[in-house]
Amino acid sequence: MLKLWGNVRGENISLKAPTLVTLTDNPCLPDRLKDEHALLTCQGMPKAEGFRAYLTRDDAGFGQPNEFRLDNQFDYLAPGDIVRLDPRGKIACLFRKNTNYNTILLTEQCNHYCLMCSQPPKNIDDSWLLSQAMDLIEKIPRETKILGFSGGEPTLYGSGLVELFRKAKNYLPTTMLDVLTNGRAFKSTEYCREMQDVNHHSLMFAIPIYSDDPVTHDYVVQSNGAFDETISGILNLKASQQKVEVRIVIHKQTIERLVRTCEFISRNLRFIDHVALMGLEITGFTRANLAQLWIDPFDYKNELSEAVGVLRHAGVPTSVYNHQLCVINDDVLGSYRKSISSWKNEFIDTCHECLRKSECGGFFSSSKMYRYSDHIQPFQ
Amino acid sequence: MSKFLSRQGFNSGESTYELMPFRFKRVENNEVLLSNIAGEHLFIHQSKLEPFIRHELDNTDPTFIELRARHFLTDNKTKIARDLLPVKVRTRYKKLPEFTRLHMFVVTLRCEHSCPYCQVSRQSDDKIAFDMTEATALKSIELALRSPSKHIKIEFQGGESLLNFDLIRFIVDNAIRLSGEKQVSFVIATNLAVIDDEMLDFCQRHEIDISTSLDGPEDLHNANRPRPGKNSHQKTIEGIKRVRDVLGVDHVSALMTTTKASLDRVKDIVDEYLANGFYNIFLRPLSPYGFAIRTRAYAGYDTDRWFEFYKEGLEYIIELNRQGVEFREFYTSMVLKKIFTFEDPGYVDLMSPAGIGLAAVVYNYDGDVYASDESRMLAEMGDKTFKIGNVHQNNYEEIFLGDALLEPIEKSFAFSAPMCNECVFENYCGADPVFHHATMGDALGRKPESGFCRRNMKVFEYIFQRMREDSYVEDLFHRWAA
Repeated sequence: MLKLWGNVRGENISLKAPTLVTLTDNPCLPDRLKDEHALLTCQGMPKAEGFRAYLTRDDAGFGQPNEFRLDNQFDYLAPGDIVRLDPRGKIACLFRKNTNYNTILLTEQCNHYCLMCSQPPKNIDDSWLLSQAMDLIEKIPRETKILGFSGGEPTLYGSGLVELFRKAKNYLPTTMLDVLTNGRAFKSTEYCREMQDVNHHSLMFAIPIYSDDPVTHDYVVQSNGAFDETISGILNLKASQQKVEVRIVIHKQTIERLVRTCEFISRNLRFIDHVALMGLEITGFTRANLAQLWIDPFDYKNELSEAVGVLRHAGVPTSVYNHQLCVINDDVLGSYRKSISSWKNEFIDTCHECLRKSECGGFFSSSKMYRYSDHIQPFQ
Repeated sequence: MSKFLSRQGFNSGESTYELMPFRFKRVENNEVLLSNIAGEHLFIHQSKLEPFIRHELDNTDPTFIELRARHFLTDNKTKIARDLLPVKVRTRYKKLPEFTRLHMFVVTLRCEHSCPYCQVSRQSDDKIAFDMTEATALKSIELALRSPSKHIKIEFQGGESLLNFDLIRFIVDNAIRLSGEKQVSFVIATNLAVIDDEMLDFCQRHEIDISTSLDGPEDLHNANRPRPGKNSHQKTIEGIKRVRDVLGVDHVSALMTTTKASLDRVKDIVDEYLANGFYNIFLRPLSPYGFAIRTRAYAGYDTDRWFEFYKEGLEYIIELNRQGVEFREFYTSMVLKKIFTFEDPGYVDLMSPAGIGLAAVVYNYDGDVYASDESRMLAEMGDKTFKIGNVHQNNYEEIFLGDALLEPIEKSFAFSAPMCNECVFENYCGADPVFHHATMGDALGRKPESGFCRRNMKVFEYIFQRMREDSYVEDLFHRWAA
C-alpha cells in the first residue's frame, strides 16, 4: 500500500505555510514556472535555482533552500504529481499523474457512522481540506479523465461543495467527477437546484442504499431516518437531471436482503444511472466490526448472481467491483469490473499461477492483509 | 463496540402503522396475492392477512418487513412510499399525453385471399368502390400529423394493402413531405403474395417494415388462408425470405390468427415460427368478430379452449428456452412488462384507459375513421358504434375529442369499473370497450360473463403460478419483461 503522506526531513526551509506544488524532473524549466514546481532531483543533475522546493532522494543534498529529503516510501513520486509541502517537515501526495483514478478527500466529518466505514469520521473542523481542494483543482492537468471526491460527507459543506464543482467545471472542463455522498442533503430540492445550476456535463453522485428495509439501512449507517432522506435525495437529484449511482457494499448485514434491495432499485429507482455492487474493504471500522460484517464471497455467489440478474433484466447498468474471479459465478462476468484504483488490484501468492490473473480484479490491499475468501483457487 | 447501536435501536418503538391502498386475492398454498395501484405485488401467508389489516402485525414480523418494503404500509420508520408510489403511477401513464401513435390506413379492401375469418376483404377488381382515394389519403395524413405524439407510425392495412401500392407510395411521399418536426415511420401489413422488387426497393429506401400473416404449418395456413392456386403458405415463406434479403432480418414480423383448427396444433405452429427464423410468437386469442360472436359460446367454451391452447404453447416455449432455444410468447411478455416494469408497453388490448383511438386509429378506405381495427370489423358486420368521424366531414377535434371516442373510454376505464376496481390484477389488465360492446351491447360489460375478463384472469393467474413454482420460469419471465 502506498504511503501518501508522512514526515520528511526538511533543510533550509523558508516556506511559511503549507504549499501545493507540482513535481518536475526538468531542471531547465522556464524561470516563471519554477515558483509553482518542486524539482525531483537525481544524482548528477546540474545545479538549478529558483524552484519553490527540492525533493531529494539521496543523502548528498542539492544545496538549495526548501529541500525535503524523501525516504524510499516516496519512491513512487513522479513528475506531474501534486504534493503539499508543510514547512514543519511533512509531505502529502494529493494527485498522482500516473494513476487512472485520483480521489480528493474533502472532509472527515460525517452524519453517518457506518459499521464498515473505511474512513472513520472525526468531529473536527477540517474545512481547510475544501480550500485545499479549490487550490488543487487549478493545478490538476486538464486532460485528467476522471476525479473522485470523498469524505466524510462532502455535502456538509452545503453551497461550498457547489462552488467546488463550479470551479472543477471551469478549470477541468472535460473531466468527469464522482462524488461519494449519502445523498441526504438532497432531500432539499433547493440544494439540488444549486447542483443543477452548475450544469456540469458529467457529475455523478454515488450514494449508498444498503437495504430495501429502512431499519436495516439505518442500522448499517447508524442513523435514524437515513433511509427516507437518502431515497428522497435520489428522487430529487434525478428530478434535477443529475447523475446518480447507487452503491451497495456487500457484507453480512446487507447480503440477506441484497436481492430484494436490487428488486427495490429495479422497481422504484429504475431511472438511476448505475449500480455498483462492492466487496468489503477490510479497513477502518470494518476491522473492529469484522465478526458482524464478514461473509465469505464464495458463500454469497448465488445471491450475487441473482442480484445482478435482477438489475440486468431491469436494464439498470450494473458493475461488480472488488470480487475475485474464482469466487463468482460466470453469469456475473458481464458486469464484472476491475477497479481502476491501483490499491484495489493486489494479489496473493496463490494467484501467481492463475491463468486468469490478468482479467481478475484482485484484492484490496487491506483484504490481502486481514481477511479474504477461503476459496481462492488459481484457474489452471 | 459500544459506540455502535444495535439493530433494535433503529426500529420504531411501537408497531403502529397505516395501511396503504391495496387489493388482494386468495391463491394456492394458503397464500394471498396483494397488489396496489402502482403495480407492486407481494405474496403473503393467509394467516398474516387479518392481523395486517387489523393493525396487529408486529414490526419485527418478517411479513411486516416485506409489506413495508413493498409499500403496503407506512409507519414511523418510513413514509417514502408516498413519494415512490406516485412516481410509478406517473410512469405508467406517461405516454397518455402523446395520444395516438399508430395510424392505420386501409388503402384498399380488395384482396386475392378469401380467408373465412376476415370480415372486411372483398374479392373484387372494383378499384373505385374499394380503394382509398388520394384526397382521402391526404386528409388522413393531415389528421395523423395533428397527433401530439413526436413519433407516429403509419401502418398500411387492407384487404391486401400491396394491391394499392401506388397509394402507399403516395402516402409515404406526402407524409414525409408534410411531417415537419415529427418523426414518421411506416409498416406495411401484407400477405406478401404480390410483393415485387420495385416494392421492396421502395421499402428499403424509406425504411418501411413488413408485417405479415403466418398461421402455422402449410396445411393449417392454407386451410385458414385460401387463395387461387392454394399456395398462400409458399408465397408467405418466399416473401419473408425476400424481405429479409432486402430489408434485413429485423424488418419483417409475423402474426398468426388462432382459429378452431389451430387449437390442437400449437406445437406445430410454434415450430413453424422457429423454423422460419422468428424469435417470438403471439398466441392470439380467438377473435369474437365473425362467427364466434354470433354463437354466444365465446365467453365460456371458446375462452377456456383458447386458454388450453395458450397454456400448451407457453409450456412448450418454456421448455424450448430451458433447452437453450430462445423464443418468446408476445402476450405473456406484454403482461410481464406490466407486472415488472411499471411502463405501459402500449399493447392496445391491455390498456386502461382503453387503447381505442389513444393507442391506434383506423382511417378506412372510404374516409370513415374508426377507433380500432376491431371497430371497423364490427362496422363491416353492420354496427358503426365506433366510427368516430369522417376525414372529409370532421376536423381533428371533432374526431378525437368527440363523445363517440371519449365516452366508451371513460365508461370502460378499469380503475372505476365494477369488479375491476377491486381486482388484484387491475394494473396488469386493460379495458376493451369494443369487445364488450360487441358481445354484451355496452362498453363496460358485465365482468362475470366477459370472455375478456375470464381469459385475462386465467392468464394472469397462470403466469404468477408458474413463477411461484419454478425458479427457472421466474428468471425467464423477468427476461421477457426486460
